[in-house]
Amino acid sequence: MAVVLRAMSDHHDHHRRAGRSDIELRVRAMEQLLVEKGLVDPMALDAIVDQYETKVGPRNGARVVARAWTDTAYKRRLLDDATAAIRELCYGGSQGEQMVVVENTPAVHNVVVCTLCSCYPWPVLGLPPVWYKSAPYRSRVVMDPRGVLAEMGLRVPDTTELRVWDSNAELRYMVLPRRPAGTEGLHEDALAALVTRDGMIGVAAV
Amino acid sequence: MNTIHDMGGMHGFGAVVREANESPFHADWERRVFALATAIPFAVPFNDDSLRPAIESIPPERYLASTYYELWLEAMTKILVGRGLLSRDEIASGKARPLPKGVEVFPAVKAADALAALADGFSARREAGKPRRFKVGDLVRTRNDHPATHTRLPRYARDKIGTITRDHGIMTFNDANGRGDGEQPQHVYAVAFPMDELWGPAARGGDKLYLDLWDDHLHPA
Repeated sequence: MAVVLRAMSDHHDHHRRAGRSDIELRVRAMEQLLVEKGLVDPMALDAIVDQYETKVGPRNGARVVARAWTDTAYKRRLLDDATAAIRELCYGGSQGEQMVVVENTPAVHNVVVCTLCSCYPWPVLGLPPVWYKSAPYRSRVVMDPRGVLAEMGLRVPDTTELRVWDSNAELRYMVLPRRPAGTEGLHEDALAALVTRDGMIGVAAV
Repeated sequence: MNTIHDMGGMHGFGAVVREANESPFHADWERRVFALATAIPFAVPFNDDSLRPAIESIPPERYLASTYYELWLEAMTKILVGRGLLSRDEIASGKARPLPKGVEVFPAVKAADALAALADGFSARREAGKPRRFKVGDLVRTRNDHPATHTRLPRYARDKIGTITRDHGIMTFNDANGRGDGEQPQHVYAVAFPMDELWGPAARGGDKLYLDLWDDHLHPA
């Protein structure tokens, strides 16, 4: 088990034991000081948290995927200029200023990582999960993608080319998963409900 | 900076562990750190080109022992302390001192303005920059540089040959901005590397790894 993850569970244990940890006190002190100094407004902080906790998340990306599955012209625009096509559904902004969408097909499977940091397409997927930011994923998926995906439950056939996208720059990547078989009759909302965050990172099939 | 954050290709970190039904935050202080890191730059001008070097300069043993938002908190504190806008004494005592004179700050951002700015984003794209040296299809070799400052060229991809597959247009160059040399806008290209070029003959050459690299990261191959 990774050092980071061990440290985190220790941290959480500590939380439960101590009730309010040092870090909670430190963050609270920092916020109060910055409010007093006029550098932050607590209502703005509340609004930012609310935005990324309740409004921006993988349901957005799922709607983009479902639209691409049902509208060929939209899919073409999405693969050609993802930022503009995603904007058509009113998603965009911070950490999605320059979007690229890569399509999974029987011939190609795509998976996204950020080895240097934790870069992730916020407007369509929300904030990244801990595993995406963790040392095991960042260190290994670039060198042994097939092994990591198999451990995560996804076997990529030998006949499929694997493409790993390390989002080291200011481009942000989302995977367009393959539409599951047997969904021909479903409408867009029902399709969107099938799409998972992990499918749009490329570590799971939909 | 050749330190622990640049971990692509390292061994020993174990299995990827996913949490079922994970929520974006795991404690209330994480919510506040995320919001502070988002709101503070409106009042105290800094961007990722300051925050990331501050994170990357956290000693490796502490980096690995910290959670993600602990790293953000430490980096943010370092920037504010470095600019004289906050002191560790103030954090310990909870008593605020007046802001120093001569440090440029703006009023705290209001909720509506913060949300509007986040919805617009902070684009790295620029209208003009250095002329492009490469085009789609060109073979390129990445530089063999090991700067002690921020760089977006990971260690595992230095001095490697790849193919340009897409020209993303002109964007600010984080390596330059991160060391205080200005934006130096230039073309950014998607570059495909065969896996065996990066990892040797045991890797599958048919599989590819893509990086987005700036013109200055590349030589003609």
